[in-house]
Amino acid sequence: MMLAILNIDWQTLTDATALGAIYALMAVGIGLVFGVLRLINFAYGQLVMAGAFALALASQWGWPGWAAILLCFAVVLVLSVLMDRLVFRPLRTQSPVIMLVATFAVAYLLESIALLWFGPLGKIAGSFGALNRPVTISGVDIRKITILAIVVAAVCLVALTLLLERTTVGLYMRASSMDFQTARLLGVRANRVIATAVLISGVLAAVVAIMLTVQTPLVTPDFALRDTIIVLAGVVLGGMNRPVPATLGGFAIGFASGLLGGALPTNQSQYLPTFLFAAVILVLLVRPAGLFSRSNAVERV
Amino acid sequence: MTRRVTAAQHLAGPSLLVVAAGLLGTAVSISTQAYFTDALVSVAIVVALYTFIGNSGVISFGHISFVAIGAWTAGVLSVPTAQKPAIMPNLAHFMRHWTTGNLASIVLAGVVAGVCALVVALPLMRLSGLAAGIATFGVLEITHNMLQYEERIGPGLNAFSSVPETTGLLQATVGAVIVILIAFLYSWSRFGRMLRATREDPNAARAVGVSIYSQRLIAFVLSGVLAGVAGGLEVHLLPVSTDSVYLDLTFITLAMLVIGGATSLWGAVVGALAVSALDSYLAIGENGASLFGWHYDLPSGTRLVIEGVLMAAVLILRPSGLTGGREFRLWPRRT
Repeated sequence: MMLAILNIDWQTLTDATALGAIYALMAVGIGLVFGVLRLINFAYGQLVMAGAFALALASQWGWPGWAAILLCFAVVLVLSVLMDRLVFRPLRTQSPVIMLVATFAVAYLLESIALLWFGPLGKIAGSFGALNRPVTISGVDIRKITILAIVVAAVCLVALTLLLERTTVGLYMRASSMDFQTARLLGVRANRVIATAVLISGVLAAVVAIMLTVQTPLVTPDFALRDTIIVLAGVVLGGMNRPVPATLGGFAIGFASGLLGGALPTNQSQYLPTFLFAAVILVLLVRPAGLFSRSNAVERV
Repeated sequence: MTRRVTAAQHLAGPSLLVVAAGLLGTAVSISTQAYFTDALVSVAIVVALYTFIGNSGVISFGHISFVAIGAWTAGVLSVPTAQKPAIMPNLAHFMRHWTTGNLASIVLAGVVAGVCALVVALPLMRLSGLAAGIATFGVLEITHNMLQYEERIGPGLNAFSSVPETTGLLQATVGAVIVILIAFLYSWSRFGRMLRATREDPNAARAVGVSIYSQRLIAFVLSGVLAGVAGGLEVHLLPVSTDSVYLDLTFITLAMLVIGGATSLWGAVVGALAVSALDSYLAIGENGASLFGWHYDLPSGTRLVIEGVLMAAVLILRPSGLTGGREFRLWPRRT
């Protein structure tokens, strides 16, 4: 393990940071919805997948970059709103287990639609291929997308913090994450807060879709599935209830998997999921109480 | 007296339904029979899930690990010695020359899976809620990853071929009925009752001296054993690979459980059979078929879409499942 740490070069480090940044965005997207709905959205990765397919179609039709991005946002946002209206809203009063299985079903449904529509081999989203070229900064080759991912993630997180801290709807959302019932009693409109959270998490999913398709242009029906599973683990590790721990958890797990994936030799890096999830289980066992916020709202299952 | 009648109904309902499905399977062509056998193995898996999830109310995404471990155990033990070097060239030494019969391999599948479940449960049953969900998911990931690359204990990325295909209609039916019987005896026992008490009201259960940790531990290990047996049945049915005992199976079996009604044995069996029936019906349709005077030829992949929609619909419209999570009774409860 020490040897692995010594092997890390700057390139691996920046790549791992970029992966961490993207995962942090996904973590915020999952965490925001969890905050207001107490719902872990397994289908979040499929939102990203849908956005990625929108980009792939746009590049196939020869659309310019800005139009592709617009299409991506439109598809993801419409899907998010539909998901909220058709699935989350009717199930809001059900037990967390049923909601969890329901999002599992939605994820499966979206994946099979993509499979039926685009086939298992997928499509190429090549509009932003130029971003994959490296720039050389003091002798280190760094891909442009790596820098862009870090910058965009930072901008998104700052904007989100401002939204949560400085606006009324942000205040409503923070209040709802702490105690939904009391917030409602004090006049916070449940549907509006939930819709805002769902929309913001949709915007983040679209941003993530753009970043991920630049890094891996081949879009298949199981695009972002593995990432979602890893991010979910990171979010639970960090602490679901509040945005900052959730984001940190997402960043940490992305950074760690990027670092281990780059630094371990192949015959060990194939066991990366084992290391990662063994670490997750270990942390959950040692610090289960520290992972969640102080409210007992989570302990319902 | 009434208690015994109720108990008999709780056991007889699911068992007879399974036997009926088995008998119906003998009446159809050989190619259609495979769907029935498959459905009966699904019943075994879903009943194993019910034993833990249904009685405890704690979600577990990790139980397919034990199906996988059972399949691996029975598979490694059943491949004829002569063919082992070809299928599993890197198999550990002591397993290379040891082959057991059909029954022994399935029993050992249950034992090995049970031991693994115990090892997992000892630390994990301290967790609850979301932490438990993610941790059991981690177990699934780790098992999948290890089986995929650890070629000393199995075929790695390849599928299990050359396992004697002993799981016909008879073995599947008998296996499913035995799993149902064990699950019933557990739910009817004081342990099952104590666990359901912790599900309904953890604080009240604790107050009357029920240890949530030990009750969940017992159920988890027992359901691990049953899942292992189901995995043993499965590997004798078709060439299992790591991907056939991973996310898709986890999703479909959980959906069967929830659709049937997670809190009852009857719900587990009904859910497994109903979803399997729909799945087979649509799978036949994808190959082009004429059923009940209606000729249809669905594009390949439609099956998954329709199933996804139906599952979401059942969850939204009838969250307690088709059976409402109640056990089988011949006549409805008087109110």
